[in-house]
Amino acid sequence: MNTRTYTGHRLYSLRDKLAEINWGFGLLVTMIASVGFAVLYSAAGGHFEPWADHQMVRFVIGLFILIAVACIDIRVWMAVAYPSYAVALLLLVAVEVAGRVGLGAQRWIELGPLALQPSELMKITMVLALARYLHGLGPDEISRPLKLLIALGWIVVPVALVLMEPNLGTASLLAVCGLCLLFLAGLSWYWIVPALVAVAVAIPTTWEFLLHDYQKQRVLTFLNPASDLLGAGWNITQAKIALGSGGAFGKGFLMGTQSRLNFLPEKETDFIFTVLGEEFGFMGSLALLALFATVLYYGIRIALSSRSHFGRILATGITINFFLYIMINGAMVMGLIPVVGIPMPLVSYGGTAMITVMFGFGLLMSVHVHRQVEVPRHASGMI
Amino acid sequence: MPAFDKKDKSRYATFSRRALLVSGGMTAVFGILAGRLYQLQIVEGDLYKTRAEDNRINDRLLAPPRGRIIDRFGVVLASNRRNYRALLVPEQTQGGVAKTLDALAGIIQISDDDRARILKDAAQKRSFVAITVAENLSWEDFSRLSLDLLYLAGVQPDVGETRDYPFGSEFSHVLGYVASVNLEDLRSDADPLLGLPGFKIGKRGIEKILEKEIRGRAGVSRVEVNVHGRVIRELARNPSTPGEDVYLTIDRELQQFACEHLKDQSAACAVMDVETGDVLALASTPGFDPNAFNTGLSSVAWNALLEDDYTPLLNKTVSGTYFPGSTFKPVMAIAALDTGTIEPDFAVTCTGQITLGGRDFHCWKKGGHGRLDLAGALQHSCDVYFYTVALRLGIDKIETYAKRLGLGALTGIELPGEKPGLVPSPAWKQATFGRPWQQGETLNTAIGQGDLKVTPLQLCTVTARLASGKLVSPHIVHAIGGSLKSGTVAPSLGISEDVLAAVRSGMEAVTNQPGGTAYSWRITEPGFEMAGKTGTAQVRDISKQERAGGVRSNESLAWKLRDHGLFIAYAPVSKPRYACAVVIEHGAEAAHPQVQLARDVLLQAQQRDLANRPLAFPVRAASLSPQNSAETQ
Repeated sequence: MNTRTYTGHRLYSLRDKLAEINWGFGLLVTMIASVGFAVLYSAAGGHFEPWADHQMVRFVIGLFILIAVACIDIRVWMAVAYPSYAVALLLLVAVEVAGRVGLGAQRWIELGPLALQPSELMKITMVLALARYLHGLGPDEISRPLKLLIALGWIVVPVALVLMEPNLGTASLLAVCGLCLLFLAGLSWYWIVPALVAVAVAIPTTWEFLLHDYQKQRVLTFLNPASDLLGAGWNITQAKIALGSGGAFGKGFLMGTQSRLNFLPEKETDFIFTVLGEEFGFMGSLALLALFATVLYYGIRIALSSRSHFGRILATGITINFFLYIMINGAMVMGLIPVVGIPMPLVSYGGTAMITVMFGFGLLMSVHVHRQVEVPRHASGMI
Repeated sequence: MPAFDKKDKSRYATFSRRALLVSGGMTAVFGILAGRLYQLQIVEGDLYKTRAEDNRINDRLLAPPRGRIIDRFGVVLASNRRNYRALLVPEQTQGGVAKTLDALAGIIQISDDDRARILKDAAQKRSFVAITVAENLSWEDFSRLSLDLLYLAGVQPDVGETRDYPFGSEFSHVLGYVASVNLEDLRSDADPLLGLPGFKIGKRGIEKILEKEIRGRAGVSRVEVNVHGRVIRELARNPSTPGEDVYLTIDRELQQFACEHLKDQSAACAVMDVETGDVLALASTPGFDPNAFNTGLSSVAWNALLEDDYTPLLNKTVSGTYFPGSTFKPVMAIAALDTGTIEPDFAVTCTGQITLGGRDFHCWKKGGHGRLDLAGALQHSCDVYFYTVALRLGIDKIETYAKRLGLGALTGIELPGEKPGLVPSPAWKQATFGRPWQQGETLNTAIGQGDLKVTPLQLCTVTARLASGKLVSPHIVHAIGGSLKSGTVAPSLGISEDVLAAVRSGMEAVTNQPGGTAYSWRITEPGFEMAGKTGTAQVRDISKQERAGGVRSNESLAWKLRDHGLFIAYAPVSKPRYACAVVIEHGAEAAHPQVQLARDVLLQAQQRDLANRPLAFPVRAASLSPQNSAETQ
C-alpha cells in the first residue's frame, strides 16, 4: 500500500496515476464483461454478430473511458459536479419539452451517432452533485431542516423530471440511490424512523381510503406498464422456465433451448441473465453473482479508504447505483418483481448502459487513485 | 485511517458504520437472489426442465402409405399415385404473395377461387407455413414449374401421395373411395392420424371395411420447434408402418366385362365360384368415379349422384333388395322335394289361374301351360304349379329352406352396407303388422313376390349352393397383408344329391330345351353350357281391368314402372363351377338382357378358367413389389 500522502493542490504524474489504478478491479470488470460476451455469443446462436462484437467494442471504449476518468483528479470532478448536474437537468427538461412539443415520448437526445439519455447522465451527475454538497457539510449538519431540504432538492428535482418521461425504473433508482447517500452522510435516525413510519402508514392508507378504483388501476398500470400488455406474464414464465431448466449445472454453453429457440424474450438485453442461468445453471448464476458481489466489495472498500468525504460519497454512490441495477434486474428475471426495463450492468447488450457503468467505475477508480488527496471543506477556487 | 481532520473523523465514523449497514443490506439482497435461484434451479429445476422440453419438442405424425388393393391375378385396383403439387411459402416470396401468384399464373392455371383461397391462407397462417397452390399437376406443368423456379422465389414443387383408382367407376362399389375425415369419423376413431390435415380415410367398399388394415400405423417425427412453431431440426424418427396390401377374389377383366355390358342400365351382377365362394365379379351400375372424391367432390356433383334415379352410389349387389320373382322357384322346388312334399314327377295342370279364398291367382301365361311336371314347371316358369306346391308345403317350410339356401340373412361378405333382405313368415307378419298370415301370401311368396326381398348377391349364393350342394358363402377378400383369408372348404348343404339333381335338370331345361324361358340365349359352346332360371319382379300392381284387356307390355310403361329383369345361372352344367345372378332394374325386356349378360359372363369365366388359374397370392406375392405394380396394371 502506498503510504505517501499528497497534500495541497499538487497533482502527481500520469504514470503514477496509472500505477495507482487498481488493475485487479479492472480485471474483475473485464471478467464480468467477458461473461456477457460469451452469453451474447450464445444468445446469437453461436455468432459474434449481431451482439457480442458490438458489445466488445463498447467495452474497450468503456475501458479507455474508465482509465481516463480514473486519471482525472477528484478535485476536478468535484469542481465540475454542479455544472454537470445543471447540464443534465437542462437536458432532462429539454427531452421533456421536446416530448411535449410533439417529437414523441423521447428519452434521448441525438448527438450525431450517439444517443444520449439524460436520465443515464443524471445517475452520475446526481451522485457527483450530492457528494459535493454533502462534502461541504459538517458532521450532523445534514440533519438540520434547511440543509436536509436542499439535499432532498438535489434528489427530488431530477427524480420528478425522470418520472415525467415517464421512466419509473430510473426514477426509483435515482431516488433510492440519493436517499442512501443521505443516510450514509449521517442523517439522524430522528428523521429516518419517522419518515419510514410515515411512508409505511401513508401508502396503505392512501390506497385504501383516498383512491378510487380507477385511480388504483392507473397506479397499478403505472407501476407495472407491462401488466396490461398481452404476453408480459408469458415473458416472465419463459424466463423462469429458462432459469429453472438450467438446474444445478446448466445445459451447457450454446445448448440453451429456451434461448436458442427464441422462447426467451429480450434475451440479449433485460433477460440476458436467464440465458446464463439456462446454460450454466445454478453454479454459473451464483458465479456471476459472486463476481458482482466482489465489485460491490471493492466499491465499499474504496469508499472507506478515501481521505475525502467527497470521494467516499461518490464511491458509495457509484457502488449503490451498480447494486441497484443488479438487484432490480435480478429480481425481475427471477419473477420476484414486475417487469421494469433495467438491464443487467456490464452483461446486457446496450451501449448507453455500458458507457455509463464504465464512466461510473472510472469515477470509483479516480476516488481510489486519489484516495490520499485532501479536499478542503469549502473548495472554492480549488483549481 | 484515512480521516482528515477532527470533524471529518466523526463524519468518517458515522459513514463507515452506515456503509457497513448498507453492505449488510446488499448482502441480504444477494442472499435473497441466491435463494430464489436455488428455489428455481435446484428445488423446482425438474419441473422447469419438463416445461422447457414441452416448449421445444413437438411430435409430428408421419402418415403411412395406404395399402394397395389387388385383384386375384395381381392387377392393382387401388394404389397411391404421386401427386405433383406446387406449394408456396409466403415468407420466401419476393414482392409478396400476390406478385408471385401472378408470375405462377403464367405457368400453371390458377383459378380466381384458388387465388382468393391462397391469399386468405397467406394472411391467416404463419408466414413460414407452406400453402398448397395447385395439386395433381400434370408432369408437363410440373416440369415447367421446376424449370422456372429460379424466378419464383417462395414456390416449392412437392410430391405428395394421392389414392389412385386406375379402373375408375367399374370398381367404385367394390373398392369404395377415400375422402376427408369428418366429425363423426373423429368421434368413432381415436387414431391421431385422423387429425392430420389432408388425411383421407376409406368411406365405402373395401376401403372402408378394411380401413384399419389398409391404413397402416402412424410414424412419429420428433422435432424441435422454436417459439413460432418453425421446425428447427428432427430429433428422432420412428417411421410409419405402411398399410397392408389387400388381395381380392375379384377378377378385374370379368368385372370390367360385366360393367361394360351393364353400363347404360341400373343393374347388378354377381359371379361366384360355387366351390370356394370366391366372388369373381361384383358389378353394380352405374358407378361413380372414386378418383373424384380424392380432390374433393363439388356439391353439385354430389347432389347429382344422390338424385340420380339409377342410384349410382348404391352397391346394388349387396344393398339393393328386390323381389326374386321366379328365380325363387328353384328354392321352392328344393323345399318341396327335400321335405318329401312332392316327387319330381308330381304334375299339375295349369289353366292360367287358381282360386284361393275367392281370389284369383294368375299364372304369367294367360290361358295356362297345361300339364307340367317339376322340370317342366321350372322350364316354363309356371306359376300355378308352384302355387299348388306352396299350398301343400306351407309357409314355414318355405321359410326354412329359403333361409337355409342363403336368403333373409346377411351373406357376410366383406363389404359395408349389406342388406339382409327378408323372408316373410307368420311370426314376422304378426310382429310387424300385428295381423295373422294369409294363405294368399304363401302363394305370393311362392313366386317370389309379396314380402320376399333378396339381394343379387344372395341370389348368387343360392345358385352356388344348389349348384355345388355345399354351404358356400360369398367372400371377396382373398388375403390381407401376409395372411390368407379365403380357402376354407365349405361343408355340405345337407340336401340330398337326388333333390338337387332334379332341380338342376329343371334349370337346365330352362336354357337348353326348346321352350325354356331362356332357351334363346343359351351357351352353345360344347362343355360350357349353363343352367339357369329367369325371373321377373313386378314393381306395380296389375289391375283386374288391365289383366282382362291384356297385361301391358313392359316397353310401353314409364321406366320406373317397368318390371325388374332377373336371372340366376350356373355353369358348366356337367360340373358346376360358376354361379351368376343378374338383376336389371326395370329391365324385363323381350330380349332378356340379363340372361345375355349371364351367358357372356359365365362363358368368359369358363373360357379363361378363372377358378383353376394360379392366384397372385400367395404364389406370386413375392414378385409383386410396388415398383413393378405399374407393369401389371
